[in-house]
Amino acid sequence: MKHLYTWSAIMAVAFGSVIGDVLLARAMKQVGDVGVLLRQRGAWTVVRRTAGNPNFLLGVVAMATAFFSLLFALSWGPLSVVAPASASLTFIGNAFAAKIFLHERVDRRRWLAALLVAAGVALLSG
Amino acid sequence: MTFRKYLVLAGVTVFAPAGDSMLSHGMKQVGNISLNHLPAVISAVLNPWVAAGIALLIAFVIFNMTALSWADLTYVLPATSLGYVLVALIARFALHEHITPIRWIGIALIAGGVGFVAAGPALTVPTSTPESAESERETAVAASTGAER
Repeated sequence: MKHLYTWSAIMAVAFGSVIGDVLLARAMKQVGDVGVLLRQRGAWTVVRRTAGNPNFLLGVVAMATAFFSLLFALSWGPLSVVAPASASLTFIGNAFAAKIFLHERVDRRRWLAALLVAAGVALLSG
Repeated sequence: MTFRKYLVLAGVTVFAPAGDSMLSHGMKQVGNISLNHLPAVISAVLNPWVAAGIALLIAFVIFNMTALSWADLTYVLPATSLGYVLVALIARFALHEHITPIRWIGIALIAGGVGFVAAGPALTVPTSTPESAESERETAVAASTGAER
């Protein structure tokens, strides 16, 4: 039963992180190239545009959900399972989500990279 | 990709593991905090290691969001994962910790993955800036002049 709880929490961490990452990425694409904005309009514009972006605010909520799910996961399962499993699932999930929701061109090279990194993280922190 | 953008990606890579390490070091000095003694969290923040760790993680968030404003999510994420490799290498060569063969394989896989992504384009979706509009116009002009020739 504890096993089920741990893995549910790990899935919640991965889902929360993926949703948060996608929303933040979308928000920052809407804000625009921060380097250019800083030079042309100043820091205040960057802060105002980012903080007022609905995707950014939702992204922060998703990230917070992921963080608290991580705390739950860690209270049920060992760190050596929770950390690599949630990180690996997040890498794979992000590749799918970036393709579907952000329309990024996730070519074979990027799929391979997502799989390699996910496997590497699992081995490194396992 | 300009030099400045590579610096931002380097910041993304370095700040997250550095912040995590300092936070972890500081929290071990502070000791366990129970849910019944939440005010202890405030004294934890006053620990210089914890404070420095939080500052670095805030820097990570800012650099990460800056990178996401001009690069794909699937480009920036592998850069973050390079931080794991960095921590392992510091553990090996600065702290002289033993790294198991399994972990070396993990390091190689991550490095390989990052290499794959870094060799490709950083951005495959439009981002809303005057500069991107200009560069699109430039490529359009270049394409049309190329067609004329």
